[in-house]
Amino acid sequence: MRRFTFPGGIHPEEHKSLTEGKPIREIKPPDEVIIPLSQHTGSPAKPIVEKGGRVKVGTKIGELTGFISANIHSSVSGEIKKVDLHSHPAGGNVLSVFITNDGKDECEDTSEKDIDSLSAKDIIGIVKEAGIVGLGGAAFPTYVKLSPPRGKSYQALILNGSECEPYLTCDCRLMVERPEDLLLGGRLIARAIGVKRCIIAIEENKPDAIGKMDKLAGKYDFELAVLRTKYPEGAEKQLIWAIAGSEVPTGGLPVDVGMCVHNVGTALAVYEAARFGKPLIERVVTVTGAVKSPSNFKVRIGTSFKKLVDEAGGYLGEPGKLIAGGPMMGISQYTDEVPVVKGTTGIFIQKKEESVPPHQTACIKCSRCVDVCPMRLLPTSILAFIERGDFSTAKELGVLDCMECGSCEYVCPARRPLIHNFKLAKVRLR
Amino acid sequence: MFRVSPYPHIRDEVTTRRIMFIVIASLMPAFAGSIFFFGIKVLVLTAISVASSLICEVLCQIIRKKPITVSDGSAVVTGILLAFNLPPNVPYFVPAVGAFFAIVVGKQVFGGLGYNIFNPALVGRAFLMASWPSFMTGRWAVPRIGTMSGIIPGLSSLDVVSSATPLTAAKVYSGVPGLISLLNDKSTLLSLFVGTRGGCLGETSCLLLLAGGIILLIFKIIDYRIPLSYFVTVFSLTGILWFLGVTPLTPIFHILSGGLFLGAFFMATDYTTSPITKEGRWIFAIGCGVITVVIRLWGGYPEGVSYSILLMNAGTPLINRFTRPRIFGH
Repeated sequence: MRRFTFPGGIHPEEHKSLTEGKPIREIKPPDEVIIPLSQHTGSPAKPIVEKGGRVKVGTKIGELTGFISANIHSSVSGEIKKVDLHSHPAGGNVLSVFITNDGKDECEDTSEKDIDSLSAKDIIGIVKEAGIVGLGGAAFPTYVKLSPPRGKSYQALILNGSECEPYLTCDCRLMVERPEDLLLGGRLIARAIGVKRCIIAIEENKPDAIGKMDKLAGKYDFELAVLRTKYPEGAEKQLIWAIAGSEVPTGGLPVDVGMCVHNVGTALAVYEAARFGKPLIERVVTVTGAVKSPSNFKVRIGTSFKKLVDEAGGYLGEPGKLIAGGPMMGISQYTDEVPVVKGTTGIFIQKKEESVPPHQTACIKCSRCVDVCPMRLLPTSILAFIERGDFSTAKELGVLDCMECGSCEYVCPARRPLIHNFKLAKVRLR
Repeated sequence: MFRVSPYPHIRDEVTTRRIMFIVIASLMPAFAGSIFFFGIKVLVLTAISVASSLICEVLCQIIRKKPITVSDGSAVVTGILLAFNLPPNVPYFVPAVGAFFAIVVGKQVFGGLGYNIFNPALVGRAFLMASWPSFMTGRWAVPRIGTMSGIIPGLSSLDVVSSATPLTAAKVYSGVPGLISLLNDKSTLLSLFVGTRGGCLGETSCLLLLAGGIILLIFKIIDYRIPLSYFVTVFSLTGILWFLGVTPLTPIFHILSGGLFLGAFFMATDYTTSPITKEGRWIFAIGCGVITVVIRLWGGYPEGVSYSILLMNAGTPLINRFTRPRIFGH
């Protein structure tokens, strides 16, 4: 079978075996959830509940504002304790809704609905109302992607099941456990964007998921594309290049080459929203690394990281770093009192001895970073200009095209702080 | 308490020190061969060169008030490579002075590791060539097995056999009847390949240098593009000129003689002084090959590998600039 891939990239140790065989386990909703009103790319939602108010599971508590934003819903039933600032896994303090769980799990209407008669407009409306965002990590509001700018249209849908980030297995488990629902969600997305051609893309290190999809893809009119195992295979632009051979132009969007890419988890959320009217109130999170019992959990949004670590048996040895996401692009946390948000793909714990800051030495221009850069940049040269404060030359060399995948820094034998400086340059150039 | 840092949180295991260690290890076959061919003096010269490199690096860093980084192994590599570029019978002060020049002027003056424009070992060698030309071109030694020119004694009674290295013989004594055909003889070429011939102490055995080069390729320390295009350029250019009658020496003789193997695997591939783009590496090594051939055939020196690499080092920033890859999506 053909193996799709892109030039560049790296092969970090996967460590997926820690959790890839662990079925998704639903954990008991916590006594309190803290739900940030900004869990997505774009403007924060506006709170529409007040202290003392009662909510059910699925009650809208935050209303989207502006064109790129997303609704926020309660993930438990109970009473609003307060609306206040709280630390967020993406950094900083964010206005959040604290809800005391009454343990009754009273739900808004979850009756089964007919999805065959839904029009494109209906589907986009449902997705928008349900607060669905990309579940691969970036949390871009899905309804925005479903509404292409005037004059542009989609030719094909790619469901992204590559999950190239080491350690994480939440997408893999969804493909193994919920393949049909996920493909049905994919068909709904395809109907919403008006395309016939649908592809599901999976890295070849997930034979179970590939096996399932190989059997079922045809039934739902999906093509299966097996990708070579390589990081960052699941990056939107690289994935499109691997499958369709077209380059998304700089500053452009996938729609410019007619492609629409959605994470497999997002497709499942779309299905559940359309079928049961269920907003995005829970997700699958891989808790892995230095914990006693690495697991895949189905978690209510707003559950604290601490609770998930406890569910996974607690820390194994002394923890060094607690990371929201995977080891390549995850964000390290200063506290485990942060809540799971829509974009939390995993929680990765690194042992103390493994999280020692690397010893930095001088760049020897070995060009390993140049060889692996999926955007064909010259990271070593860009870094040199940033370090001497020449941001305009860094811009000329394409620093704004950097997607911050971290491949360059991963391979750097001198342990240069590339990503940190590229982010700095982007802020300075803005 | 948790540690907080930017991602990525995992790193490849390759570090600068490890790279240098592999380079040093890959030089060991040729080093052992050289000790065998030329005796214990090789060990002493190399030790002096390495020690001098390390001392100069430390002193420079103390003066520059920079962290001491000799443990990264780069100065050891420079020291060994400089020694490899010396005739086996030079006085002991020569490697000491050469290493001083290589490290201080070739490397630290530019800002230390990663900032130098020219290959430091070759800067040291060029300085020695200019300062003590008689030591650098006249202190050859006959290897334990074989002859100075690599010509098997049974084939000839020519005097030059005992006084000149293969390329010098070809350049200076090309008028001597029968010499050229002896140099092109299979048995001579075999001597050149194995290393039973005169020359700089680390350059004579193509076989052992090839073994080191393969180590570098297997561990992905060097890009195959540089040695490959260097060899192909020298081979095809001298092949054409040989066919046209410009040079009487076969392309195989040109590949195996002089310091081409040492240069192509260990000197032209130096990270800091060679291009960072793949396309640039082709251009760089083709340039090295052309200049090597031009110096050998028309220049004042019998050998051109070291100067060709130094010249192309000078062109590296320009090559990088003109071979910048097209950014994805542009």
